[in-house]
Amino acid sequence: MALSKIRSDSLEDTAIHGNRNLVINGAMQVAQRGTSFSSITANVYPVDRFFVRDVNSAAGEATVSQSTTTPDDFKNSLKIDVTTADTSLVAADQYKIEYRAEGQDVAHLNWGTSAAKAVTLSFWIRSNKTGNTQVAVLNSDNNRSYVATFSISAADTWERKELTIDGDTSGTWLTTNGIGLRLRWGSFGSTYQTSSVNQWVGSQVMSRDDSPINFFDSTDNELYLTGVQLEVGEQATPFEHRSFGDELARCQRYYEHTYPYGTAPGTANGGIGADHRYVGRETASNYGYYTAHYRVEKRAAATVTVYSYVGTANQIANGDTGGDSGAVGVIQSGTTSFLPRNTSGSGVSARALMYHFKADAEL
Amino acid sequence: MVIENAKYEEHLGENCGIEVTIDGEICHVPLEVGNRHYDEIMRQVEAGELTIAPAEEE
Repeated sequence: MALSKIRSDSLEDTAIHGNRNLVINGAMQVAQRGTSFSSITANVYPVDRFFVRDVNSAAGEATVSQSTTTPDDFKNSLKIDVTTADTSLVAADQYKIEYRAEGQDVAHLNWGTSAAKAVTLSFWIRSNKTGNTQVAVLNSDNNRSYVATFSISAADTWERKELTIDGDTSGTWLTTNGIGLRLRWGSFGSTYQTSSVNQWVGSQVMSRDDSPINFFDSTDNELYLTGVQLEVGEQATPFEHRSFGDELARCQRYYEHTYPYGTAPGTANGGIGADHRYVGRETASNYGYYTAHYRVEKRAAATVTVYSYVGTANQIANGDTGGDSGAVGVIQSGTTSFLPRNTSGSGVSARALMYHFKADAEL
Repeated sequence: MVIENAKYEEHLGENCGIEVTIDGEICHVPLEVGNRHYDEIMRQVEAGELTIAPAEEE
């Protein structure tokens, strides 16, 4: 029987529509770079799009990983397991989990204008630590901040938090392929603490100042996060689960590699997934050239690392022998491809060359 | 990020990228504002914290 009438409530603003989560990989299910890292002194991505790091050479250290400890309805979470404690944060210390949204994806929030829209951030969090904490929203220049406060009520228990944040009518908010907004969880020294919480301020602050949790004060500490959702409006809706393939493709706008999923870049894997080119051309210097195309167009021209058959960084492999064939240069790099060449300058004529790569265009 | 051993790459007589070691791994950074590695390299250059060596002749 033909449908003769569309229910009007399915079209109303109060109905829950799809594609409303502005966060990519909020369920922490995609982890292209590997699933466990033992240091946070540089940006490390235990799952795609979310990085963890310390700033100011902070004394604490942690293992960060993609975990299978989750609330109901989820498969993965991001986990911080403290391995070196920092019981007294120096003023400029930062321990943070950060997510960066691309400006083009949040342009419709109209932030920085009088038409700025409110958003609601929801997520699942769990820790052995209880008490006051927060998540901060910041702009690209780190000169507009909103510290949204909440508490962790029970130890070792998953809790879902829902925080509505007024749209910012001031400041500069990028609507380009740059950083549209930042979300930051964690522990921060006094430089970044404020009593002006749950409101917009014109400086870089990320923490409340009323005895916030120091998640790094003991090696017994753990922190888990998953189900991150940012949506337009003042109502938190159930987490929008997307397919793994959908999330993977979204993540690959910012990072991809040629290895099969689950194999970390730089692994000797017999060349499975590697690009292979038979190079017969010789120039005066016997360079070999071979364009590599990305699966997904990148946000911006990517930083590239090339690996040989046996996993040596910055080496092309000789496809005939499997051995390293020479160092790599990159002479063109764009959003859809890059052009590497063998720079050894000799012996490259008429041979098969093979290589893996990773391309990083993260914000 | 720890940035070391920055050196321009050259093709057809023009600089086309920067070969650099970032956090211990050699990589190739395009000359594009908005690439976070390029932005950080240029910030460090302007601050006098990093020098980019000229390209080796092709």
